[in-house]
Amino acid sequence: MSLAARALTLDYGARRVLHGMDITLRAGEIVALVGPNGSGKSTFLRALARLLRPSGGVVELDGRALAAWSPVRFARRVALLSQAHEPVEQLSVRGLVALGRHPHQGFLSLPSAADRTAIETALEQTALLPLAERRITELSGGEQQRAWFALALAQEPAVLLLDEPTAHLDLAHQFTVLELVVRLNQLRGLSVVMALHDLGQAARYAERIVILKEGTMLAEGSAAEVLTPASVRAAFGVEVEILRASTGVLVVAPLGRSGD
Amino acid sequence: MSDAPSPQPSPARGEGAHSADRSSFSPLPLTRRLDRRPLVLLGALVLLGATMVAGIALGSVRVPLADVWAALLGEHEGARRFIVWNLRLPRVLLAALVGMNLAVAGTVLQAVTRNPLADPHLLGLSAGGALLAVLALHLDPATAVGNLPPLAFLGSLLGAALVYLLAWRGGVSPTRLLLAGVAVAALFGAFTTGLLLVSTLTIQAIMSWLAGGLYARSWPYVRILAPYWGVGMLAALLLARRLDVLALGDEPASVLGVRVQRLRAVLTGLAALLTGSAVAVAGLIGFVGLVVPHVARMLVGSGHRYALPVAALLGGALLVLSDLIARTVASPRELPVGIVTAAIGAPFFIYLLRRRT
Repeated sequence: MSLAARALTLDYGARRVLHGMDITLRAGEIVALVGPNGSGKSTFLRALARLLRPSGGVVELDGRALAAWSPVRFARRVALLSQAHEPVEQLSVRGLVALGRHPHQGFLSLPSAADRTAIETALEQTALLPLAERRITELSGGEQQRAWFALALAQEPAVLLLDEPTAHLDLAHQFTVLELVVRLNQLRGLSVVMALHDLGQAARYAERIVILKEGTMLAEGSAAEVLTPASVRAAFGVEVEILRASTGVLVVAPLGRSGD
Repeated sequence: MSDAPSPQPSPARGEGAHSADRSSFSPLPLTRRLDRRPLVLLGALVLLGATMVAGIALGSVRVPLADVWAALLGEHEGARRFIVWNLRLPRVLLAALVGMNLAVAGTVLQAVTRNPLADPHLLGLSAGGALLAVLALHLDPATAVGNLPPLAFLGSLLGAALVYLLAWRGGVSPTRLLLAGVAVAALFGAFTTGLLLVSTLTIQAIMSWLAGGLYARSWPYVRILAPYWGVGMLAALLLARRLDVLALGDEPASVLGVRVQRLRAVLTGLAALLTGSAVAVAGLIGFVGLVVPHVARMLVGSGHRYALPVAALLGGALLVLSDLIARTVASPRELPVGIVTAAIGAPFFIYLLRRRT
């Protein structure tokens, strides 16, 4: 598996949102995208997920441009968890997660044993089994987000794209999701690109961090290389102190907005 | 459930607390709730069968059940056999097929537009059929009277095509599709009413057709509708899982490998086929396509593998029952069946809405 953006540019109408992105995601790697609001994180993820057509450059999966992939074959390899979802009436959690199997099912086929296993596993991994028969609309925002996460897991992709997967979650469930991402990465070699707001989480869970600002890559590398007071000031306009906790994890302590 | 405040505050169990009063929810993680959807499907089938038998047996002449059975098996001779075979059976069958078509078209359109208010009439489908039929009657009454079904069918498809064309902007979004449909339906409705007012024709025939009815419909009409019914039902059931995926939203559906624009065009065409053929044989019958899909989803959830067949069977049953009432309640006169479906459907719908909240 390899997913690569080469000189990727993307326009919304006349406005250029991404300027020449060059990133290669290696098999079994976890990459975090960080950057301020409107820096192009979601747009970049959606371009990687084949939802947006590049204005220039190319995105390739296994050496083939995304446009050349059949939608179903691509969906078996790459899944995307978005930030927001339309409300789905009258559908149970299990019913929603089961739809993650769509790309694996033939035109007429009924759910196979493999489908059922994938659905139950996804429900179990996201701690949703007790809620499986509940209707989506009855759940809290965080539970709904976990249900959509379970749908992406049931899709059994090789690449998982996550757009702020922890946004609506309490602290405990943020850990659940991120630990699960790491576990699937170790167990199955799942490759991950995730947009995160929390720089500490990015430092802890990603092998590589990409800092975006206004649609360009400001910096790319390991947490130790990339997360510096200077780079955070350049990207976010915020003064920080970078500390190293006793466990070796980087802690980003904000001090205040940078003076102009 | 009463509106009175509960005497004890519910325990603060966090996210799951509000579920305690729902009897269908099992708190044990490993107990799967019994899937009652096959039972509902069976119940809907029995209901349709029962209304059809009632529709054959009841009317200005009552046919005892034993005689209905005998006539259907071809054992009975004489007047009752004629009533059953040539008058009641084709009419009841036609009502069932029309009801199924409208209910399935409504279910499909509500999923395509992701809007619970979508129904075949809102999308300009039947308005196109009505306009073309009235226009033809106005221009060339002699030819048009004998060809109302094909004209109405053609008009429905043209209406759907126009709506789709107007909504198109490098793709069709659900909201634009719905708005274009409302606009086209209003425009066509205005033209139709205007034509009727300036027309020198006696408008009795066209008015009763517009109001929807199955008066004096026999086997030729069943033969017109049957192939569209068959193809439409089969296609809808084959596309059931795609409807589920599309209902999640355009982007999630794309992520799951669905070609969203192509699927939406196919489904709109399917709804046009189902509606157009129903309008052609029975005129404008409201409410079936709007209400029945909701009832079906309340009973079996929004998974279309069950929601579609349940909606079809309930839609058939509703129209057979409505037609039975339409021809018996004011006998010997007949009410337009569209009035009866609205009179039954609207209060029931309001009841369901009130009960849910």
